[in-house]
Amino acid sequence: MSATTATRPAARRTDPLLRARRIAGRTGLYAAGLAVFAFSVFPVYWMIATAFKPGGELFAREPTLLPRNPTLDNFDQVVNGNVIPGVDFWQFLVNSLTVTLGSVAVGAVLALLAAIAVARFRFRLRTTLIVTLMVVQMVPVEALIISIFINFRQIQEGTGVELLGTLTGLVLAYSAVSLPITIMMLRGFVAAVPKELEEAAAIDGAGHWTVFWRILMPLVAPGLVAASIFAFITAWNEFIIALTFLGRSSETYTLPLTLSYYFGRYGTDWGSIMAASSLLTVPVMIFFLFVQRRMVSGLTMGAVKG
Amino acid sequence: MAHTTEAARTAEPPPGPDRHPKPGGRGVRPAPVPLTRRITRSLPPYALIAPAVVVLGVVLLWPMLQMVWNSLHSYTIRHLMPAGPDPEWNDFAHYRTLLTDPYFWSVLGKTVLVCVTMVVCTIVLGTLVGLLLNRLPKAFSTFVAVGTMLAWATPAISASLVFRWLFFPERGFANHVLDALPDLLVGSGWLRYNWFLDEGPLFTLLVLVVVWQGFPFVAMTVLAGLKSIPYELYEAARMDGASAWRSFWAVTVPILRPLFALIVVLQIIWDLRVFTQLYILTGSSFANPDAYLLSYYVYQQGFNASPANFGLGSAIAVVMTVLVLGITVYYLRVMIRQGETR
Repeated sequence: MSATTATRPAARRTDPLLRARRIAGRTGLYAAGLAVFAFSVFPVYWMIATAFKPGGELFAREPTLLPRNPTLDNFDQVVNGNVIPGVDFWQFLVNSLTVTLGSVAVGAVLALLAAIAVARFRFRLRTTLIVTLMVVQMVPVEALIISIFINFRQIQEGTGVELLGTLTGLVLAYSAVSLPITIMMLRGFVAAVPKELEEAAAIDGAGHWTVFWRILMPLVAPGLVAASIFAFITAWNEFIIALTFLGRSSETYTLPLTLSYYFGRYGTDWGSIMAASSLLTVPVMIFFLFVQRRMVSGLTMGAVKG
Repeated sequence: MAHTTEAARTAEPPPGPDRHPKPGGRGVRPAPVPLTRRITRSLPPYALIAPAVVVLGVVLLWPMLQMVWNSLHSYTIRHLMPAGPDPEWNDFAHYRTLLTDPYFWSVLGKTVLVCVTMVVCTIVLGTLVGLLLNRLPKAFSTFVAVGTMLAWATPAISASLVFRWLFFPERGFANHVLDALPDLLVGSGWLRYNWFLDEGPLFTLLVLVVVWQGFPFVAMTVLAGLKSIPYELYEAARMDGASAWRSFWAVTVPILRPLFALIVVLQIIWDLRVFTQLYILTGSSFANPDAYLLSYYVYQQGFNASPANFGLGSAIAVVMTVLVLGITVYYLRVMIRQGETR
């Protein structure tokens, strides 16, 4: 579609009416593009701009588009202001990183093993497994939340492993939540590695482990990175499970939960709330820009093949 | 389709001299293999999936069954106490309560309405942006795409907070802008307007947040789909004298149809479960029963009502799951047709 301008006969290009229409059309396209860009970016910009505004500017009658006297006070308030008495802000950051990286690591290993099984072996229950994964991927965590909570509580009472009010339970839950999608993503990558390559290595005397590390891993690595970043974003942003599991154990709060707590407590201190939101948002944004292309193909799987 | 012998034949080549040569055709039967070896040979795939299945089982699969069980029993916070009684079978009482409760029906109705609005807006806007990105020159298109991705990447909780701030009475930027617009167009009194009290404006904002975050995914997917269509098809259509409009409906739409089926299903499922955004927009309060959607109702029954009613909450969750599963069946049919389960 976009190449039509290039192949158009030269005679048409000189027709002034058509030319005016084309210019008008192109201007319209650019304007629409700018409008879409503004609509997408403005709330993010507003979050960051507000975070840098001093209190007086936030209360001003006329809002200012750019912070007139930028300040770091709001960030200082979030980081050093004892959001929750007795807990350091960095503790929440460490909690979020622990839970996120822990669940990403566990999830990546589990997903890779399962993806190899699904892509490389034909076994009884294989189709059942794939269909189960697709169904599980669809059932909302929000509906299961009561049962997950009760189940974790029963496990906790039965085994003595602390799952509620601790980071362990969150790591377990988050590893599971992304698994169906990451398994399906990785399955495609594993299946794309030519089997002949592995067979050739095996004929040359390579064992299972050598084939895995030297042949499969390097080729599947990009997929593993994509799946891991997807799991990272899911875990980093997750809210309802943390809200349910952590309850009053404020020293285990993750960043989203801290943000919600902060909002509940200082509901109209928008400068600090936006500063805290920015601190939560910016890392995930960077990751996102890095991985978005693969996320689209991962989520829609084969549908784009055409 | 998956027999043990076949599993052994197509499995990763085991190192060692007893490897079968690649089977020629279906008619060639391998020599009978002793039972013990057949078992050890079919083990690897099961060993590989076992950890994932255990984790999924504990966190998601078992709770799915438990949810149904809970919904059929009297199950409140009392039954969860160490010395409390066991949950009692209550003969579908929760479902009878729900189905005869006009409030539940109104929540269900609102959930469906809000969800449909979100899905339609997200897909229409996303598709238009996808088409736009495809028409724009490369550099500008990338510029706009990166911008939309910032919206996509914003965590739900941050996005909801920003929109609450944007529409905050007296100080929100959006309220200021609406107030500054000519009264003839938008009416007056926007500056002090409180968006968070009544369900109408509240759900409008909810739709706005969800669409804002959701349309980039649709746009990127549609764009990827458009790029996958061979240019020759449009050329052929033009040769046959088709207008741009005609070739859109005759070439683009039919090719992207399976993609749209998938997008619609994913959007419905994502939008039906919206919780965080509503939790922030209502100011983390459960005080306004008009502002409930199904997911909110489930959470309120389980963790906010006193006493917490896990049984009734689970029954609502089952209704929600049935809605989703209806859509999932359709999704599975699409996936099976595309051979994703093979």
